Amino acid sequence: MEWFGDPAVWLPWTFAALMGLSILVYVVLDGFDLGVGLLFPFASDAEKDRMIASIGPFWDANETWLVLAIGILLVAFPVAHGLILTSLYLPVFLLLLGLILRGVSFEFRVKAHVRYKERWNLAFWGGSLMASLSQGFMLGLYVMGLEWSWATVAFASLTAVFLTVGYSFIGACWIIIKTEGPLQRKAVEWARGGIWGVILGIGAISAASPLVSPRIWGKWLGWPESLLLAPLPVLSAALIAFLWWKLRRMPYDDDRWNWTPFAAAMAIFALAFLGLAYSFYPYVVPERLTIYEAASAPEALFIIFIGTLVVLPTIVAYTALAYWIFRGKAQDLTYD
Amino acid sequence: MEALDTLVLSRIQFAANISFHILFPTITIALGWALLFFKLRFQWTGDAKWMEAYRFWVKVFALSFAMGVVSGITMSFQFGTNWPGFMETVGNVAGPLLAYEVMTAFFLEAVFLGIMLFGWRKVPSWLHTTATFLVAFGTTMSAFWILVLNSWMHTPQGFELRDGVVHATSWMEIVFNPSMPYRLAHMLLASGLTVAFLILGIAAFRRLLGDQREEVRSQIRFGAVLAAVLIPVQIFAGDMHGLNTQEYQPAKVAAMEGNWSDTDGRTPLVLFAIPDPEARENRFEVAIPNGASLILGHKPEHVVPSLDEFVTEDGEMLHPPVAKVFWAFRVMVGTGMAMLALSWITVLHFARKREDANGVRRRWVISTLPRPLLWAMVAMTFSGWLATLAGWYVTEIGRQPWLVSGVLTTAEAVAQVPAGMVLSTLLGYLAVYAFLTLAYVSVIFYLARRAARGNPVGTLESPGSGQAEVEAIAGAGPRGGRGGRDAPGGGTRGGGLQPAE
Ligand code: HDD
Ligand code: HEM
Ligand code: HEM
Repeated sequence: MEWFGDPAVWLPWTFAALMGLSILVYVVLDGFDLGVGLLFPFASDAEKDRMIASIGPFWDANETWLVLAIGILLVAFPVAHGLILTSLYLPVFLLLLGLILRGVSFEFRVKAHVRYKERWNLAFWGGSLMASLSQGFMLGLYVMGLEWSWATVAFASLTAVFLTVGYSFIGACWIIIKTEGPLQRKAVEWARGGIWGVILGIGAISAASPLVSPRIWGKWLGWPESLLLAPLPVLSAALIAFLWWKLRRMPYDDDRWNWTPFAAAMAIFALAFLGLAYSFYPYVVPERLTIYEAASAPEALFIIFIGTLVVLPTIVAYTALAYWIFRGKAQDLTYD
Repeated sequence: MEALDTLVLSRIQFAANISFHILFPTITIALGWALLFFKLRFQWTGDAKWMEAYRFWVKVFALSFAMGVVSGITMSFQFGTNWPGFMETVGNVAGPLLAYEVMTAFFLEAVFLGIMLFGWRKVPSWLHTTATFLVAFGTTMSAFWILVLNSWMHTPQGFELRDGVVHATSWMEIVFNPSMPYRLAHMLLASGLTVAFLILGIAAFRRLLGDQREEVRSQIRFGAVLAAVLIPVQIFAGDMHGLNTQEYQPAKVAAMEGNWSDTDGRTPLVLFAIPDPEARENRFEVAIPNGASLILGHKPEHVVPSLDEFVTEDGEMLHPPVAKVFWAFRVMVGTGMAMLALSWITVLHFARKREDANGVRRRWVISTLPRPLLWAMVAMTFSGWLATLAGWYVTEIGRQPWLVSGVLTTAEAVAQVPAGMVLSTLLGYLAVYAFLTLAYVSVIFYLARRAARGNPVGTLESPGSGQAEVEAIAGAGPRGGRGGRDAPGGGTRGGGLQPAE
C-alpha cells in the first residue's frame, strides 16, 4: 500500500494530470486566438488588423501547449497515443491543415502584395474554422469511445459546432479586454451570441457521456457522488448566469470590469474540463485502456518528471512575463 | 499488398512532411544568430545599414518561423497517426528526448519570439536583445535535441531490449552517441550556409534591380564572407561525417560510393553512373581510380565497404536502395562545390582594392561586381535548401530498411491505416506544401522588390510580426511611417498604406 512510493502508480497519474492541464491551458489560450480568427467575417478591414494585433505576440506560445499535450500523450502513454491518433486519422489531418493555414496566413496577409490580403484573411478564417471544428469533432468522438458510426459521427458533428461557437465566445471576451470603442462594443455583441455554444456544448456532453457508458453513469449519479459533485454543475450554472447578466451591461465606460467575462469563460472551461476528466479517469482510451496500462516505463517517465519540475515553473514564469509586457489595449501594432 | 501500400504511402508522406519542415528550421536556426549580429552591430556602430538589415530580415525570420512551427506541429502528430510502432518500441528513449525538446526549446523560442517581434518599444533595449538571443538559442536547442534523437536512430547505444521494448541504460551514451557530434556540426553549418546564400542572393537581386543603398553592399559582403568561411569547414565536417558513417553504417557508405563488389582496395571514386540493382553493378560509370579508397582511408589499399557484403545467403538485402542514396549524395556534394566556387570567386573579386565612383581606391566596391556574378548569386539563393534536403535523403534513405538501426525496421513501425486514407492525406499535404513553398519564395522576392523600389517594407504594413520594431527604429527616419496611420480613410488604418505602385 505504498501509494506514493510506487512510481508505477504515481508517475502515470502525474503525467495524466499534466497532460490534462496542458490540454486545458491549450483549449483556453488557443481557444481565444482561434476564436478571434473565427470572428473575422464579422469585422471590417481595420478591425481585422486590430484583432490580429491583439493576439500577435501570443498565438505561437499558445499553440505550443498543444505540442506539449500531444508530446505528453506520445511520451507517457505511447500505446494510447497510437490508438487515439490512428482512430482520429482524418480529423487530425483536418486539424493540422487548419493550423497550417492559419499560422501562415497570419504572416502572409501583411507580407504578400496587398491585392492578396483579402485571400489570406479568408485563409486565416478558414484555417481557424477547420481547426476548431475538428477539435470539437475529436472531442465528441472521444466521448463516444472513439467508435465510428452514424450516431457517433452525428454527435461529434454537434460538438464540433458547439466548440467552434464556444471558441468564438472566448475570442470575443478576449477582444473585449484588448480593444476599446466600436470594436469593443461589437465584441460584446459577439460574446452574447457565442455563449449559447458553451451552454449547448457542455449540456450535450454532460448528457451524453453517462448515457454512453454505464460506468460514467454510476460515477455521477450514484450516492453520495451526486451530492459531492453537485458544486461542478452549480458553479457552472452560476458563472453562466453571471455572464448573461454582465454581458447585457457591458462595456463599461471606465473599462474596470471588462476582464470579467474572459475570466468567467476560463472558469467555465476549467469546470467542464474537470467534469470530463472525472468521468474518464482512469481511462485514457475510453473503456479500453487505463493510464496505468498505457504508461511508458517508470524510469523514462522519471527522467522527464525531473526536468518538468524545473522547467514547467520557468515556462509559466516567462509566459506570465510576456502577458504582462503586452498587457493593456492592443494598439495598431504596439508602436509604443 | 495492402500493408505494403500503406507502408510506401506513409513513407512518402513522412518524407514530404519532414522535407517541408526542415526547410524552415534550416533558415531560422542561423538567421536568428544573424539577426542578433545585426542588432548588436547597430547598437555598437549606430550605422543605419545594420538597422535596415535587421528590419528586412526579421520579416523573413517571422515568416519562416511560422512555417516552421506549423509544419513542426504536423510532424509531432505523424508519430501517432502513421508510425505508432516507433513510440511503442523505442518510446522510452525517444520520449524523454522529445519532451526535453518541447520543454527547453519550443516554449523558450515561442514566448520570446513575441517579445522579439513586437516588444521593441515595450521593453528596454537590453531585454529585446536578450529576447533575440533566447530565440536564436532556442532554435539551436531544438536542433540539438532532435538531432540527438535522429543520430541515436542511426547509431543506437546505451539501451537494452526487454520483451522487445527498448529501455534506456545510460543517458550519457544515448545523448552522446557516435554520430551525434558530426550530424549536429554538419547541420548547424548547413543552416549557416543556407542563410548566407539566402542573404547573398536576395541582396544581389536588389542590386540587380538598381538598389544602390549601402545596406545592399554590406549584405552582399556579409553573405559572401560568411559563405566563404563556412563552406570549407562544412566540406571538412562532411568528410569526417562520412568517415564516421563508414565505421558505424558501412552499408550506407557502400551505397553512397556505388560500390557493389570491390573488396580488395583501390576502389575508384565514381563521379557518374547509373546503378543497376538487377545486375548489381553500375552502368555508364565515370570514375577516378583509387579515389574512394583515398578519401575514405587516406591510402589506395583501403578497403571500401561494398554492397554485396550486405546480402544474406538466402538473398535478403540488408542495404539501402542504391540509386537514391548515390544520387542524393552527388547532388549534395555538387551543390557544396558550387557554393565553394561562387563564394570564393566573389570574395576574391570583392576584397580586392578597386576604384569606386569617386575615384578612390578601396576594398568592397560593389559597382565592380560583374552582372553575371550577381545573377549567379540570385540563382543560388536557395541552394542551401537543395544541399540540405539531398543530405537528409542520403542519411535517411541510407538507413533503410531500418528505422532504428538494428532495432526496428520501418515496416514494423507503420500504422495499419487503410491505404486510401493515407493517399488522400498525402495528396492534401502535397498540395498545401507545394502552394506554401511557392508562396514563401515569391513573398521573399516580393519583399526584396519592394525594398529595392525604395519602399522600406515597414511603411506598407498593417500589423504583423516585425512591425513594431520596424516602426520604432524607423520612427526617426524620413518616411512618414508613423504619421501614416492617423491619415483619414480606412485603407490607411493599422499602417496598412497602399504601396506606391
Ligand atoms: C526523429 C526522427 C527523424 C528525423 C529528425 C528525420 N527523419 Fe527522416 N525518417 C524518419 C525519422 C526522422 C523515420 C521515421 O525513420 C522514417 C519514416 C519512414 C522511414 O522510412 O523512416 C524517415 C524516412 C525518411 C525518408 C524516406 C526514406 C525511404 O523511403 O527510404 C526521407 C526521404 C527522409 N526521412 C528525409 C528526412 C529529412 C529530409 C529529414 C530532415 C530533417 C529527416 N528525414 C529527419
Ligand atoms: C521528426 C522530426 C521532428 C519533429 C516531430 C519536430 C517537431 C517540431 C515542432 C512541433 C515544432 C514547433 C514548435 C513550436 O510550437 O514552437 C518544431 C519547430 C522547430 N523544429 Fe522541428 N521537428 C522535427 C524535426 C526537426 C529537425 C530535423 C530540425 C533541425 C535540424 C528541427 C528544428 C526545428 C526548429 C529550429 C524549430 C523552431 C521553429 C522554426 O525555427 O521554424 N526540427 N519542430
Ligand atoms: C561537399 C562536401 C560535403 C560532404 C563531403 C558532405 C558529406 C556528407 C555525408 C557523408 C552525409 C551523410 C551522413 C550520414 O551518413 O549520416 C551528409 C549529410 C548531410 N549533409 Fe553534407 N556534405 C557536404 C556538403 C554539404 C552542404 C554544402 C550542405 C548544406 C548546405 C550539407 C548538408 C547536409 C545535411 C543537412 C545532411 C544530413 C544531416 C546529417 O546527417 O548530418 N552537406 N553530408
